[in-house]
Order: sequence, then structure tokens, then C-alpha cells
Amino acid sequence: MSYHGGIDARATEAAIVPPASIDNAFVEQVRHDMLAFAQLQLRDAALAEDAVQDALTAALTSGKDFAGRSALKTWVFGILRHKIVDLIRQQSRTTPVSAFGGDEDSLDQAFDALFKENAHWQPAHRPAALGDPESSLRDKHFWAVFDACLTHLPKNTARVFMMREFLELDTGEVCSAAGISTSNCHVILHRARSALRGCLEKSWFLAGERPC
Amino acid sequence: MLSCKDATRRMSEAEDRELGLGERLELGMHLALCKGCRNYQQHLQVLRDACRGYREELTNPEKE
Repeated sequence: MSYHGGIDARATEAAIVPPASIDNAFVEQVRHDMLAFAQLQLRDAALAEDAVQDALTAALTSGKDFAGRSALKTWVFGILRHKIVDLIRQQSRTTPVSAFGGDEDSLDQAFDALFKENAHWQPAHRPAALGDPESSLRDKHFWAVFDACLTHLPKNTARVFMMREFLELDTGEVCSAAGISTSNCHVILHRARSALRGCLEKSWFLAGERPC
Repeated sequence: MLSCKDATRRMSEAEDRELGLGERLELGMHLALCKGCRNYQQHLQVLRDACRGYREELTNPEKE
């Protein structure tokens, strides 16, 4: 990735002169996708807005000659990824990510309730085979449910999980940015996956036909 | 023998770190015998595919 820290200062000084092929409608579309991406991970509208603005400004004032719109979008998302990680890193210095809290407790309780005393599945909660999961991934209603499940994750759990799955950092980088131990990292990632799996199972795979 | 609860934890960790040989064998043995956990493994795969799809949809450079 071509992002480096020095670009911010230059970007805020310079006038915004986007390349000719980058029209306002395109920038708005990219901004919309970036905001969705940043908001989901940061869970803070103002922070997300700032990160997106900085990344867009850096791209449009970089003087870089983008081969086209897709090159710009790839580049600007690269910058945004770094900004999000930086913000999470900064915040975790002042407010350390805790692996445990009220919301996390209730996720753990829901997970524990799937098992019998001997830690094997309760028959009623034993995961069932999914017939044709690929077709779900082509269904726009599935994505609305998935979005809702992601949004319901507690903030810290979501940040750690999304750094891993959406920002595609390796586990070591995730733990370091969140300022937590590797074992806490594994606890949080497992919790996030269990919660999302449970949410999708309940709200999608076992929910049957949509009414419309 | 691993419990189902431990098996789910190990399946998650397998996505985040390289499991040791013993850990892999233990998990493999559990999965061979436990349909519920094999299904859990399938669900994790669907979750991974969904995350990739979601990420690609937002960041897809070809999208206009």
C-alpha cells in the first residue's frame, strides 16, 4: 500500500483539484461506500466522517495520476484502512479494549446456553447443515440480515473482528492495534464468530421464507 | 476427546493461527465423529464467505 503518514499535512494545505475523470457523482458514490465501511468498524459517526474525509482529500490532492476510477477507489480504500487502524490504535491507548463487559457477558451466556453440562451440544441447539448457503449470498435480503447482525455486535468485539475480517490484518496486528494479548484476541474473535453465526442462524437460516 | 465447546473454539483459532499437529489431530478426530461440529464448521465457512462478499461489495473498484 502506498499510504504514508506525511500525506495528511500536504493534503489539508493543497487545493482540491481532482483528475478530470473523477466527477462529483463518482466521488459521492465512493464516499458513501467508504462511510459505510468506516462506520461499521469505528462505531462512531464523527470519527468515521473524519477518516473518510482525510482519505478522500489525500487521494484527490495527491497529484497522483490515477489510471481510472477503479484505481482511485482501490487507492483511497487503502488509505482508509490505514486510517481506521490508526484511529483504533490511538483509542486503545487511552481506552484499552476490554475482552469482558456487560454486552460481552450476555453473548457468552447465550453461547454457553447452546451446550449441556458436559460441554456437548444441547440437541435443540445442535447446528444443522445448511442446504444451499451460496444462494443466500446472492439474496439481497440476506445482506440486510447480515448487516443487522454485524451492527448488533458490541463495539469492542466488532472492532477486533472487523480488523481481522474486513481490514484483513493478521492476528498479531489486530492484537497489537487493540492493545490486547493474543489469548484475549482469540477469545474475542471466537465470541464474534459465535455471535454472528448464531444471529445468522436465528434470523436467516432458520427463519424460513420471507413474507415478501 | 475434545468437547463440542472446545472444538468450536479451536475451529475459530484455526482461522487466526496455525494449529499444532496434536491440536489438528484432536480436532479432526472430533469432527469425524460429531455432525453438529461439522455443521458448525460449515457455518463458519459461510460466515467467512459472507464477510468476504460484504467487504468486496463495498470496496469493489468496478462498481459504478
